[in-house]
Amino acid sequence: MYLVPSLVMFGCGVFGFITRKNMIAILISLELMLNSVDINFVVFNRFLYPEQTEGMFFTLFAIAIAAAETAVAIALIINVYRVVKNVDINQLTKLKF
Amino acid sequence: MDYSQFLLMPQEMGLLLVFLLVFLYDTFLPQKMQKALPVFTATVFAIYTALSFIPVAAGEAFGGMFVQDPSTWVMKGILNIGTLLVLLQAIEWTNSDFVSVRRGEFYELILLTLFGMFLMISGRHFLLFVIGLETASLPLAALAAFEKNHYESHEAAAKYVFTAVFSSAVLLLGISFVYGLTGTLYFGDIAYYLVGEKSALLIAAVAFVIAGVGFKLSLVPFHLWTADVYRGAPTAVTSYLSVISKGAAAFAFLVILVQVFGAVYTSVWEWMLYVVIAITITVGNLFAIRQRNLKRFLAFSSISQAGYIMLGIIGANTMGMTAMMFYVLVYIFSNLAAFGVIAAIERKTGKVTTDDYNGLFKTNPWLSFTMMLAMFSLGGIPPFAGFFSKFFIFVGAAHQGSVAIYVLVFIALINTIISLYYYLLVVKAMFIRQDECAIPAFKSAWSERVGMALCVLGIMFIGLLSCIYTGLSQISEGVQTLFATLS
Repeated sequence: MYLVPSLVMFGCGVFGFITRKNMIAILISLELMLNSVDINFVVFNRFLYPEQTEGMFFTLFAIAIAAAETAVAIALIINVYRVVKNVDINQLTKLKF
Repeated sequence: MDYSQFLLMPQEMGLLLVFLLVFLYDTFLPQKMQKALPVFTATVFAIYTALSFIPVAAGEAFGGMFVQDPSTWVMKGILNIGTLLVLLQAIEWTNSDFVSVRRGEFYELILLTLFGMFLMISGRHFLLFVIGLETASLPLAALAAFEKNHYESHEAAAKYVFTAVFSSAVLLLGISFVYGLTGTLYFGDIAYYLVGEKSALLIAAVAFVIAGVGFKLSLVPFHLWTADVYRGAPTAVTSYLSVISKGAAAFAFLVILVQVFGAVYTSVWEWMLYVVIAITITVGNLFAIRQRNLKRFLAFSSISQAGYIMLGIIGANTMGMTAMMFYVLVYIFSNLAAFGVIAAIERKTGKVTTDDYNGLFKTNPWLSFTMMLAMFSLGGIPPFAGFFSKFFIFVGAAHQGSVAIYVLVFIALINTIISLYYYLLVVKAMFIRQDECAIPAFKSAWSERVGMALCVLGIMFIGLLSCIYTGLSQISEGVQTLFATLS
């Protein structure tokens, strides 16, 4: 039952990742996906295997990794913004098939 | 805490030492000595690479999270050789005007990503594996954006970081399902709990894990970032991304599929991988034909090569594992030879399309010769190493014995013939086509020449020296425990 919100969150994240045009919004969608996985881990740990804490620890590490990912992504978005003065993903079309 | 456990990871500790030396050199030595930093790094790394081939004791550290055995040892050695070649070829580029201010960061990030890959290879717990994977992929996004004065570099980095984070989210979701099924994250324990398991959740978990790692390996249909990132990133970073990162991911993939999901081999992931391999090889080949930019061309060629590497995994036997490690070794030499030539020409003239290479043989015979050997080896023409690696990988896959695998090997065989067409297009441009305004003759730097000469030696002799394959084979036979739960 507690898995429903996390899966809905993950779905929203994937949907946002595909449909959003603003790079910051895409980043937020990615965060949504990563955090839904964290909830997943905590739910599994709490309700299926309450006698151990492996899932909790994994979540702690996953949060730290997600923070690092956000930092790098923001830095790169700022880099792009400096060049094209825009954070619209449709502007990134110089490299294509 | 028992600190003697760190003695089990001499390669990681050595790499950390190299990193610290480079970092201290970069931070504290005066400006006028900074120009020697690339040579210093390459020298220290060469010493470290030589030392890393001293056999290490097998064992496990940190409660079984980290395992050192002969196969991980030799895989790290192979990656060290590849990284050394990349560092050699990058020396000239990091001393160029636009990059020289931040050349220290380039070397530090490269060494850190290599450390992450070592964790990925040796990790036998999903937490360590994920940390290694992220350490290996996030700094690469920063490296892709390294050429600040080129817009393409920024675009490539943005595309890379979004797809990398997306894929790691998918991978984490798969891991969370595995945790929900088994209640543990140790590879060995998961395998024990998964015996006889056949639920929809498990199939979803395996699919997500394959998708997550498939992004790193750029398997079709998770390959869309590859061409853009390879094209936009600096050539030194592209070569690192295409061989080292791919080799490490392939080995980690093998360990996860065979050890963790070994119990559900025939029922779940054999057919998934079957489809992925068939379309990876075919799509990579077909798209490579229409590329005119050599970096994009090598991107698609590396996608189809990744499909061949996967052929070593789908057999799930020691022969396939040997063939996979051998393939990665040969692929490192062939691909780095090609990238060495491209980098040298790009640095001098800025030209990267096939048409620019018309008549190259007249003006730069040695570069054309190196490029020709690289193309022959990638295509798999007999006396060169590429032929032997392809041969062993086909034998290893076919050894599994089912009719379906024979069909798959046949598909791969047909694709080898298709791939010869576009590899030889490059050779044709250099040797047969004439051009009035061919790239003028120039002398490449000593470091580039050393790097390319090592690659050429590797291409010519790795296939002929049978002791290399035999050694790898003995090592794979020694890690039978990996295949214990296979069914």
